[in-house]
Amino acid sequence: MVTLRIILLLFLILCAVAVSFSRRLLVSVSIYMAFSLALALIWLILESPDLAITEAAVGAGISSLYFIMLKKIRSIQTAADRQNDRRRGTPTGGGD
Amino acid sequence: MEKHRPKTEYSRRERFTRWCVGEYDPSAERLETRAPADEAARLELQRLQEYAANADRGIHHELYELGLRRRVGLFTRFYRVAAVLFALFLAGVLLLTVSYLPRFGDVSAPENNEVARRYIEKGLEETGAVNIVAGMILDYRAFDTFGESCVLFVAACCVLFLLRVDGQEDPRSQALEDMSDRFFEPRHDAILQMSARLLVPVITVFGIYVVLNGHLSPGGGFSGGAIIGSGLILYLTAFGFARTGRFMTEKLVKILTVSALSFYCAAKSYSFYTGANHLSSFITPGTPGAILSAGLIVYLNICVGIVVACTIYSFYVMFRKGGF
Repeated sequence: MVTLRIILLLFLILCAVAVSFSRRLLVSVSIYMAFSLALALIWLILESPDLAITEAAVGAGISSLYFIMLKKIRSIQTAADRQNDRRRGTPTGGGD
Repeated sequence: MEKHRPKTEYSRRERFTRWCVGEYDPSAERLETRAPADEAARLELQRLQEYAANADRGIHHELYELGLRRRVGLFTRFYRVAAVLFALFLAGVLLLTVSYLPRFGDVSAPENNEVARRYIEKGLEETGAVNIVAGMILDYRAFDTFGESCVLFVAACCVLFLLRVDGQEDPRSQALEDMSDRFFEPRHDAILQMSARLLVPVITVFGIYVVLNGHLSPGGGFSGGAIIGSGLILYLTAFGFARTGRFMTEKLVKILTVSALSFYCAAKSYSFYTGANHLSSFITPGTPGAILSAGLIVYLNICVGIVVACTIYSFYVMFRKGGF
């Protein structure tokens, strides 16, 4: 059990660092989901299942959905979009 | 969906064998897996985007002109000073309140001895909730939870004020909206629709279970409401606004949220009228472990669940489209 705990905590730190260093917003959102899932497992190990359920529903589910919605308001761009913008010289939205 | 399927004279098995051979493609004309590739649509979208950018520039120009007028400038200056003064006043009041609190980690402070012990020892007896967390947040500290639900409601109202799109919008920006929708999300995604059809009922029933069993098992109004809300969002993503608009109208969301909050308020203000001591309450805790036990906790959980689910769904709808 102790090994599992250590692995999960290390995974948390890894995720937290990776979120801030990843360049693409969509990748950051996916890593954030993994972070929340690991955190939910840690809450479960720490015997607080209420928090674990809320973390899984809100952290891994809803907030990630909201972040993915950024695609709609053109904050998530693909490489092709950026090339298009550069060719036209008019950026269509906030970059990442 | 069954109605729209093209009728063929072949049975399922024959269609499958024909699909294996390669004569028949079930997804033809029904599935768009990527954005429409034709050049005309792309040019049209580009044209509409440029139009929108020009409109934005016009608004910026107008705002700049407005800022140059003298009375507006005076008001802006007054507004800044008043904002700083108000922030200082608020900070002072809060710091004054904090100075009256007992010191952090003080052994004789009530939250370090009697309160926690009483929750653990007498919680089941006094609230009737097997899940001690539900007993705490919905009975002993029900007003805190009421405040949290109200914060969610206020947040939803603010998003509504800021992002609401009026009905009489000019048709060109409407066209831009539709075009970009189609560019970013393929319509009739068969995989998404099938998985939504399988998952949405399970998610919704699980959310209702989490809400109703909040006083017996882990979970409660907040997490259950979030689960129901995410199920609704999945349904919306798979089938579009036309399908969800049939049952989740703005009016329904308003009625549900406001009546849930009012019921919560009315149910919890009874302790004011009984002298704030809960002693003469006619609602008994009931048998611990039964579904209809723990006094008001079940009903309060349902209220919180409704508020959270409606808020999450309306946030998503507002950000996606600016209206229901």
